[in-house]
Amino acid sequence: MTEAATTTRPAEVTGTLTTMPLGRALNAGMRAALAADDHVLLMGEDIGRLGGVFRVTEGLQAEFGEQRVLDTPLAESGIIGTAIGLAMAGFRPVVEIQFDGFVFPGFDQITTQLAKLTNRSEGRLQMPVVIRIPYGGHIGAVEHHQESPEAYFTHTAGLRVVSPSTANDAYWMIQDAIASPDPVVFLEPKAKYWAKGEVDTASRAVPLHASRVVRRGTDVTLVGHGAMVTTLLQAAALAEGEGTSCEVVDLRSLSPIDYGPILDSVRRTGRMVYAQEAPGFTSVGSEVAATVMERAFYALEAPVLRVSGFDVPFPPAKLEGVYLPDADRILEAVDRVLAH
Amino acid sequence: MIPPDDPALVRILAADGSYAPTPAAEPYLEIVDALPDADLEQFYRDMANSRAFDRQATHLQRQGQLALWPPSFGQEAAQVGSARATRTQDHIFPSYREHVVCTIRGVDPVDIIRLMRGLTHSGWDAADPKNGNTRPYTLVLGAHTLHATGYGMGLVFDGRTATGEPERDEAVIVYYGDGASSQGDVHEAMVFAASYRVPQVFFLQNNQWAISVPVATQSRTPLHLRAAGYMPSILVDGNDVLASYAVTKRALDEARAGDGPRAIEAMTYRMGAHTTSDDPTKYRTSDEEQSWTLRDPLVRMRAFLQARGASDAFFADVDAEAQALADDVRTRTNALGTIPAESMFAHVYSDPHPLVAEQRAWLADYEASFEEGAS
Ligand SMILES: Cc1ncc(C[n+]2csc(CCOP(=O)(O)OP(=O)(O)O)c2C)c(N)n1
Repeated sequence: MTEAATTTRPAEVTGTLTTMPLGRALNAGMRAALAADDHVLLMGEDIGRLGGVFRVTEGLQAEFGEQRVLDTPLAESGIIGTAIGLAMAGFRPVVEIQFDGFVFPGFDQITTQLAKLTNRSEGRLQMPVVIRIPYGGHIGAVEHHQESPEAYFTHTAGLRVVSPSTANDAYWMIQDAIASPDPVVFLEPKAKYWAKGEVDTASRAVPLHASRVVRRGTDVTLVGHGAMVTTLLQAAALAEGEGTSCEVVDLRSLSPIDYGPILDSVRRTGRMVYAQEAPGFTSVGSEVAATVMERAFYALEAPVLRVSGFDVPFPPAKLEGVYLPDADRILEAVDRVLAH
Repeated sequence: MIPPDDPALVRILAADGSYAPTPAAEPYLEIVDALPDADLEQFYRDMANSRAFDRQATHLQRQGQLALWPPSFGQEAAQVGSARATRTQDHIFPSYREHVVCTIRGVDPVDIIRLMRGLTHSGWDAADPKNGNTRPYTLVLGAHTLHATGYGMGLVFDGRTATGEPERDEAVIVYYGDGASSQGDVHEAMVFAASYRVPQVFFLQNNQWAISVPVATQSRTPLHLRAAGYMPSILVDGNDVLASYAVTKRALDEARAGDGPRAIEAMTYRMGAHTTSDDPTKYRTSDEEQSWTLRDPLVRMRAFLQARGASDAFFADVDAEAQALADDVRTRTNALGTIPAESMFAHVYSDPHPLVAEQRAWLADYEASFEEGAS
């Protein structure tokens, strides 16, 4: 397997294990996909010469050329609409949206076209299009640059929605998403782009749509996705100090949701907290909470709680620290489920 | 790049500041020739002030005082010329780099700073007369062009324009970039504006780059010709403040008189980075940057004024004023406090909303629990 050829941060390689930041792992995963199939294309604003505003596609245009890695005109509806046409013509476009808040000019193409074409064509058309969206807060940026829009996409039938939280998942999930015959909304936790992790370039740990236990525990099950997984792990470490053992589950796939590991865990702990940056109302956390209550009702010792961003527009950067759930807010919910 | 021999180009001052109108500029000379010396000097003063402010804001960002700063460096003539061509009753819809336009219309530079510092999403009140009918910035590219058109439709429906009394006719001017010109919203705005004969000027600053993407990726046709498919369209040298003023003045006058919308493509150059997060060395050459430095809008106007006899004392006074402005911005930025957490629950809806009220109360209790714990 390969790692990125052009890299400002050289990867440290040991056997098939390579340590790299999450953003680099995405780069390496896309590079592998571009090398394996000459109908894989990358498209987006500033992704070529600049390598993207987060440098996730750095070096790929130099290596694969301007017809494989396209600096597109500045128009999201145009980018996604033409990606649909390219998919009809046998390509596998991987689209980059520059920031979460700028996906909406393309929302019509995603929801009314991309999501429905397989169904409308009675299965005659496949839509292997990946839409990469850097999402979430923690970067102190201005309006529209810190949002978590996942629920709009999970609410839309026909889209698969995933979000890696580690470098290893980033490396494999982007390749699995590109291989998917269905459209995949690929949410990249931008706060984690620089977080290093070990990548096993020889084999994937779990399939694209699996959820996964990332920390074992016995008292409370903590579930979340994307950058929030790190916060859950911090909360679990703090709780440990106070004598509470938390199990942490990384959702990984937001649609479909793999409930196996979650239900398994809740049946052992009897308590669950879901944490997310997105507002709580009609959110992914709401969906998981409802399903757990339906399927593990008799195992529950306490109501399932959600810890979320507030149901207000993402605030100016100076308030993101209050808006975004931190370990303290998660522990407050842990205390509440334990009080039952 | 400015094609030197584009017959459509309206330019009055050559790069060296000499008065050398292009043939396309002929119809505009009466406007420029009518300008009193005081106005010409004011144009230069505006440019010098805005450059000093922009440089100060860039420093403040580097020192961690701002989340981000999009420099207006290099685009002063296009912005001063067009903003000075507006009338008090006109309505301004900026994108996010129009610091020069906004401050000319009366917006406090520190209100722009507050936005880029992460204290507010808006920064100033468009309804407060001191802000000169200037709308807040819009960061979703092109979205505001439709808002400007809709506002202009309102002016038509309410009879606030084309009344036959130019002193009170209102118009709208919307600013956007070469990158944004690819957005569907911009094209749809032009469709509506033309359809309803909206009194609107579409002011495109073609600064050659949309972050790292050159204008050729957005359009193989000159952008003013693309706009000409919708409405009369003018190409102007955006580094020439006199030409920028003259074409905008005429376009606004025609729009106010009921002739319908007008498009202006101002050829200019973003001499700085896209924002303080950007590194232009990744995508453009210093040769190119150099070639535009030779067309610096301030240098050009300074040379023109000097040739007309402006005194050293005048330039010294301008420099002192610009420095004082920059110092004042620094002092007031450093004094900006923070904002209360509960402010994020304000104005989500106009009427009370139970979910927001519940979360506001929850946060207050939650924060109080830490204070109790600490004491
Ligand atoms: C709808 C949308 N897509 C993407 C972005 C990200 N973005 C911000 S500025 C920019 C380039 C804009 O270029 P241009 O319109 O030429 O204006 P300039 O910055 O040069 O003034 C991009 C891609 C955005 N703000 N909005």
